[in-house]
Amino acid sequence: MKNLFTASLLSLGLAFPAMAQDAGGRLDIVVQPEPPSLMLGLVQNGPTQLVAGDIYESLLRYDTDLNPQPSLAKSWEISDDGMTYTFNLHEGVTWHDGEPFTSEDVVFSVDTFLRETHARLRVSLQHVDTITAPDDHTVVFKMKNPFGPFIGVFEAGTMPMVPKHIYEGTDFANNPANNTPIGTGPFKFKEWQKGSYIHLVKNEDYYLDGQPYLDEVYYRVIPDAASRAVAFENGEVDVLPGGSVENWDVKRLTEMDNVCSTGKGWEYFAPHAMAWMNNREGPTANKNFRKAVMYAMDREFVRDVIWNGFGKVATSPVSSKTNFYTDDTIMYDQDVEKAKELLAEAGYDGEPVRILPLPYGETWQRWAEAMKQNLKEVGINSEVVATDVAGWNQKQAEWDFDIAFTYLYQYGDPALGVARSYLSSNIAKGSPWNNVAGYANEEVDAMFAEAAVAPTTEARQEIYTEIQKQLVDDVPVAWLLEIEFPTIYRCDVQDLVTTAIGVNDGLRDAWIKQ
Amino acid sequence: MIDFLKRFSRNRGALIGALILITVVLLAVFAPLIYPDSPWKMVQRPFLPPFSTEGLPLGTDTLGRDVAAGLVYGARVSLIVGLVSTLVALLIGVPLGAFAGFYGGLIDDGAMRFTEFFQTIPNFALAIVLVAILEPTLPTITLAIAIVSWPPVARLVRAEVLSLRKREFVEAARLAGLSNTRILFGHVLPNAMSPIIVMASLMVATAILLESSLSFLGLGDPNIMSWGYMIGAARTVIRSAWWLSFIPGVAILLTVLALNLIGEGLNDALNPRLARKGR
Repeated sequence: MKNLFTASLLSLGLAFPAMAQDAGGRLDIVVQPEPPSLMLGLVQNGPTQLVAGDIYESLLRYDTDLNPQPSLAKSWEISDDGMTYTFNLHEGVTWHDGEPFTSEDVVFSVDTFLRETHARLRVSLQHVDTITAPDDHTVVFKMKNPFGPFIGVFEAGTMPMVPKHIYEGTDFANNPANNTPIGTGPFKFKEWQKGSYIHLVKNEDYYLDGQPYLDEVYYRVIPDAASRAVAFENGEVDVLPGGSVENWDVKRLTEMDNVCSTGKGWEYFAPHAMAWMNNREGPTANKNFRKAVMYAMDREFVRDVIWNGFGKVATSPVSSKTNFYTDDTIMYDQDVEKAKELLAEAGYDGEPVRILPLPYGETWQRWAEAMKQNLKEVGINSEVVATDVAGWNQKQAEWDFDIAFTYLYQYGDPALGVARSYLSSNIAKGSPWNNVAGYANEEVDAMFAEAAVAPTTEARQEIYTEIQKQLVDDVPVAWLLEIEFPTIYRCDVQDLVTTAIGVNDGLRDAWIKQ
Repeated sequence: MIDFLKRFSRNRGALIGALILITVVLLAVFAPLIYPDSPWKMVQRPFLPPFSTEGLPLGTDTLGRDVAAGLVYGARVSLIVGLVSTLVALLIGVPLGAFAGFYGGLIDDGAMRFTEFFQTIPNFALAIVLVAILEPTLPTITLAIAIVSWPPVARLVRAEVLSLRKREFVEAARLAGLSNTRILFGHVLPNAMSPIIVMASLMVATAILLESSLSFLGLGDPNIMSWGYMIGAARTVIRSAWWLSFIPGVAILLTVLALNLIGEGLNDALNPRLARKGR
């Protein structure tokens, strides 16, 4: 790290004198667990997005309020009827192997490659009629119908650009190039020592002058949570992305000298912790019982004690970080008396309910214990079911639960990340990711369908406000917390988290104060 | 009986052990009177150190639950699991060993091969597998511990019965026309009682350790506050609040030590001829 000092001094002189950023330096970031692959067009799990977000780019990025920002597209236009999206691409962009990046690559990536490989994007592409490239630096998406959430899908993990000259006409999944990913991003793939580290180096030909500022990045694979915390403490790594240490260590680490933390950088995903309540049978089939559960819980205590004050109590099916959130709904602050009244109305006879915790470590286990105690105080008997990951998946998929913890990503728009949990068409045994609670309400179904394709933002907001009012009154699930996984880093690392996906694509702008 | 007590109390270690155990038993029995509230109740700020707050002598845990209450209720779980699993293990091991030793031949061969089958599987691994398959609840944990701890009992009882069955009093009983079953249960087994009692007292200690290890690994009954659970839950905060793992750890240590001391005392008291020289 130190031998780069002279080099960084040199490059300092060459950089824009007006800018305050220092160039140079190396960053060590924890990646947990080790990604199965770095080919972002094929694999989109968390660790892959974290590392490959530096290698691959999409047309847009999103700031922490989810406003679109330029990335490979320097500007864009949406026609008034919401039917045509026109993107003007940056000129002079090259792939890491030197080939030029053009609009043909965009058309190939979206229409051919991702349509085949990316299930989540495919759902949104159903609304797209044609994708064309009138010239080398323009791409036009023509829609079948207006689809408001569409402006939110141009994120690196949702729509990564892949090189046409490498993949056209090949078997995408088995292309040997998958092992040496080629993107347009600020960092190039250099080396992957399995089980140890992934080494990325600066893309000298990046299209933004002077960027990226860092010379190299090491993503370090450290399998044990306690060892990751120690590695950060003794300076071996500089950045702990959200979720890489146990919650109980967060406090100790953030209290160290020269250590900063932020809960930002998760707005695009907006992980929403909730508890499915079985709407089909048992005490939870009664709406008043479900309301009593909401009033019984002390969610602020959970946030402050179990999550170290990170996060925000969830008041609605839509996260307050996602577009179209409204606070014009019933607020379920803890109210023991009210919960008892509702239980009496529900005619609850003391039948014990089963609480299924999320088997993701101590945090979630404690959370289930706290909920059990809260329920007991209003007179609801419950027992915590012991389970492992496989058992948890199975019990949810088979609807064998009364109350079951989970958390789901929102992907910036209710049509992409919220509707799936409440649509009656999405009730199907066999998956823990659909409408597991079994909530069915035709009105809500119709409103969700209408809201997804409503032409204007105002019209969508109006419908989503109605939906939220209705859902919060029906309480099909217990909304718990808008989770923030804090990113912990050394304070001399600057501008690390500036976008809605945080460290995933944050290294373009990050720099180290020398 | 008086004789036995005299001999037992001559062993100072055993006396201390008995005192500790009686304290633990009393705490466990009167737990609901000392702490009428559930040990899961969140009573105060989390992470209060011991002796810092009035009414909370041992402080609070990660969720603000009273550690002292947890300790007292945990004693009940440990003792119940220890006693019941030992009883079940004796119920399996004693008859099996007795029949094997008394009748010999094919019965002996069959019973011993069956026992060896269980002895070849590492205890703790088998207990983990059983609990994981049966889903961890108090009865399944007790059963799993009993299943892994009966083979040594069977072996011991068989050896005792083998040496007793050729004694004169057995021959006499046979001449008197007593049936095999009466001889075995009325005359042979009572004479093999002392080593069984000593072994049982040590088995209770082992069972408590096993239960704690299982809950430490997260294989305890999630609805029951036990010492192993307390250590397991505090493990993640051991750097910032070491006492949360230390206190229940000491409780386990003392209880197991007490049982071992008592076991040794019993051994001395029940086998006066084997007692150490110089006494």
